Amino acid sequence: MNFDFSDEQKQLRDEARKFLAEKCPPSAVRAVLDGKTPYDRDLWKGLAEMGFIGVAIPESYGGTGAGHLELCVIAEEIGRALAPVPFSSTVYLAAEAILLAGSEAQKRKWLPLIASGEAIGTLALFEGRGNPSPQAIKLTAANGVLNGVKKPVPDGAIADFAIVAARTGSSGRDSDIALFIVDMKAEGVEAKLLNNVDPSRGQAEVTFKNCKAEPLGAANEGWSIISQVLDRAAVLLAFEQVGGSDRALEMGRDYALDRIAFGRPIGSFQAIKHMLADMYVSATLARSNCYYGAWALSTNSAELPEAAAAARISATQAFQHCAKNNIQVHGGMGFTWEFDCHLYYRRANATALALGSLSYWEDALIDRMRKRNAA
Amino acid sequence: MNFDDTGQEAAFRAEAKAWISANAPKQYEEELKKSSLGRTQLAGADILEVAKAWQKKKADAGWACLHWPREYGGRGASPIERVIWQQEEGAFGKLSYTFIIGHGMCGPTMMAFASEDQKRRYLPKLASGENIWCQLFSEPAGGSDVAGLRTRAEKRGDDWIVNGQKIWTSGAHYSDYGILLTRTDPTVPKHKGLTMFFLDMKSPGIEIKPIKQANGASDFNEVYFTDVKIPDAQRLGAVNDGWNVSLTTLMNERMSIGAGVATGFPELFEFCSNLMLEDGLAIDDRNVRSKLAHWAVRASGLKYTSMRAVSALSRGERPGPENSIGKLVAGSMIQDIAAFAMDLQGAAGVLSGIEDGEAGGKFQAMLLRSPGTRVEGGTDEIMRNIIAERVLGLPGDIRVDKDVPFNKIPTRGR
Repeated sequence: MNFDFSDEQKQLRDEARKFLAEKCPPSAVRAVLDGKTPYDRDLWKGLAEMGFIGVAIPESYGGTGAGHLELCVIAEEIGRALAPVPFSSTVYLAAEAILLAGSEAQKRKWLPLIASGEAIGTLALFEGRGNPSPQAIKLTAANGVLNGVKKPVPDGAIADFAIVAARTGSSGRDSDIALFIVDMKAEGVEAKLLNNVDPSRGQAEVTFKNCKAEPLGAANEGWSIISQVLDRAAVLLAFEQVGGSDRALEMGRDYALDRIAFGRPIGSFQAIKHMLADMYVSATLARSNCYYGAWALSTNSAELPEAAAAARISATQAFQHCAKNNIQVHGGMGFTWEFDCHLYYRRANATALALGSLSYWEDALIDRMRKRNAA
Repeated sequence: MNFDDTGQEAAFRAEAKAWISANAPKQYEEELKKSSLGRTQLAGADILEVAKAWQKKKADAGWACLHWPREYGGRGASPIERVIWQQEEGAFGKLSYTFIIGHGMCGPTMMAFASEDQKRRYLPKLASGENIWCQLFSEPAGGSDVAGLRTRAEKRGDDWIVNGQKIWTSGAHYSDYGILLTRTDPTVPKHKGLTMFFLDMKSPGIEIKPIKQANGASDFNEVYFTDVKIPDAQRLGAVNDGWNVSLTTLMNERMSIGAGVATGFPELFEFCSNLMLEDGLAIDDRNVRSKLAHWAVRASGLKYTSMRAVSALSRGERPGPENSIGKLVAGSMIQDIAAFAMDLQGAAGVLSGIEDGEAGGKFQAMLLRSPGTRVEGGTDEIMRNIIAERVLGLPGDIRVDKDVPFNKIPTRGR
C-alpha cells in the first residue's frame, strides 16, 4: 500500500504551483471578476503549453498521456489559484465525456484541440432549478436537430463546443436521454452570459433553436454517460475545492499571525485558534476523501461512484467552511472588495453547486453505500 | 497511489490470516463485533482474562507488539504490516484495548529511557500482557495543564519518596507497573522541575480507588501515594527533565495510529438500514440520509487520513501532531450519533436495557460514555490547541505561569 502521490506527481504539483503563482496572481482573477475579460486567455494558453490541459488525454490524441492522478494534482493547483479559465468545464466535463463515449473520429477531432487550448468545451446539462436527473431534461432532439434552453451552462458564453443532454423519447426511462456535440458557432445556438455569485467563472443561458447536432455515444446511453462523467468530474472538482480550502485556511492563518489586537496577535486567542483548527480538520478530511477518489478514478474502480460522492461532499463542506471562516478571521477587512477573501467565498459557493447540490450528492452517497452493503 | 500488497506484504497477510483463524478465541467473535463504546463487556466471561489469554497466545507465536524489536518481545514489523495485522485481526483487536496505554505509551518510554537490563526484564512481559502497565500523569490540579502536577518525589539516599495523588489512571486497579510523572523541584518554573519514574504498582503506600463515572462504570481510578519508595535506578531520564520524557510518551501516543477510533458510524448505518419508521425504512428518509452522509464522509475521511499517515510512516516520516484530528473528530461524532439514533427511536429511545432497549441499548450506552471520550487523552480544546500551535504555527496562549517558580503559582481562582 502507498496511499499518497508519487514523487513525480509531487514534482508536477510544485511545477504547477510555481507556474500559477506567477501567471495567475489575484489580479488576474479580478480582471475576469470585474468583467474586463471573459477569461484569462494568456493563462489558458500557458496551461496548454505546459501540457496541463491535456494531462489526462492520451498522447495519440494530442495530450501528454500522464493520467488522472496527474490531473488531480493539477486540479488542486487550479483551485488553489482560483484560475479564471474554463478548465473544469473543458477538461472534467467535455474532455471526459469524449474520452468515455466519443467515436474515434470525434476523439481525433476534439481532444487535440482541447489539449492545445484551441477549443473550450462544456457540458450543457441543467435546465434551471434542480439537480441532475433524466426527468429534468426537456430540451428535445429529433431528426438530428435540438430545441430547448440550457442554464446554467458553465463557461457557456466562451465555449467553442458543448456536449448537450437531450430528450429523444418520453418512455420515462433513462434511455430517453441522448448526448450530442454542438458547435457553439452553429446556426440556431445563442449564448447569453448570466449574473452569478462567482463572475470569475462565467455561467450562461444557451438557447438551441433547430440546431444541427452530432450524436455522442449510443442514443440510449446518454444518461449512463452523464452519470459517469459527473462522478469523474466530482473527484476532479473536489481537488479544486481542496486546493481552495487550503489556500483559504492559509490566508486566515497568515492574517491571524500578523494582525495585532488587544496587544497580541489575534492568532493567540483560542477563539481564533480553534476556528482555524476546525478549518484544518475539514480540509484534512476532505483531502483524505479526495485521495480515495483519486485512487478510484485512476484505477477505474467499481468503488468510484461511492468514492466520488464522498470526495464531493467532503470537499464541498471543507471549501465552504474554510472560505466562510477565512472572512470571519479577517473581521471587517475580510468583507471588503479589496481583500481577496470574497474571491474564495464566491468560488466555494459556486463550486458547491456545479454538479448538483450537496443534498443531491448526499443522497447519491447513501444509495451507493447501500448498494455495496447489499452486494 | 495504491492499496495493493507487495509480495512480501501478501505473504505476511496470508500468514497472519492463517494463524488468527487457527488460534483466535472464536467463541467471542460475535459478541466482540457487536460491542461498542460503553458496551464492551462479554456476557459469559471476564473480558480482562480473555484479553490477557489472547495477548499471551499472540506473544508466544510472535504476533504481539509487532513494531517492537524482537529482543523486547516484538516482531520488528513495518508500519504497513501492523495495519495488515489489524485488518486481519478484526474484532479480536478490540481485546487489545486493555493494553493500549502500556503498549502505546509506557513501552516506548521505557524503550527510550530505561537501561538495557530493565528493557529486557520488563518489556517482554509487557508485550505478552502478563504485566499490565498504567500511566500516572493527570492529577486533580493538573488535567489539561499536566505540568501543573503536584505529586512530590524527594530524594532520600538511593531512593525517592513519593507523596501525592493521581487521577484518571486507566486500569490502575489491574496494573502491575506504571510510569509516574512527579515534581522534584517546586522552586523552578513548572516545566523545569518534573522527573519521570517507573514503579511497581504493588509498592507499599499506594492506594487505588476506582472512580464511579457519570455512566456508572469504573474504567479510571484515583491513585494515592503515601511515602512510596522508588529506587533511583527506576528514574527515566535526568532529574528535572521529566517534561521532555513525557513528550516522548505523548509523541508515541500519536504513533499508535491506524488502530482506528470508534465513530459510531457503522453501528448507525446498520441501525438505519433496518429500522422501520412510520412511513418506511429510516434510511429512505431524506433527513436521515443527509445526516448519514454527513457522518459517512467524516468516518471515511478519518479512515483515509490514517492510511495517509501509515504511508508517511512507512517512508520514514515521523507522525506529526496532525494525527490529533482522529479523536477530535470521532469524539463529538459518536456523541452526536448516539443522540440521533435515540431520537429515531422516539419515546422508547429513553430505554437503555439490553433486553428492552432498541439495538440492545447500544446507543444509550454510547451516549452516556461519549462525554468521556471528548475529555480523556486530551480534551477537544487541547486537541484544537495542538493543531493550531503545532500544525498551523499559531502562537501559544500567553502563559502567566511560564516563568514563575512553581511554588509561587496561585492555587485558587477566588
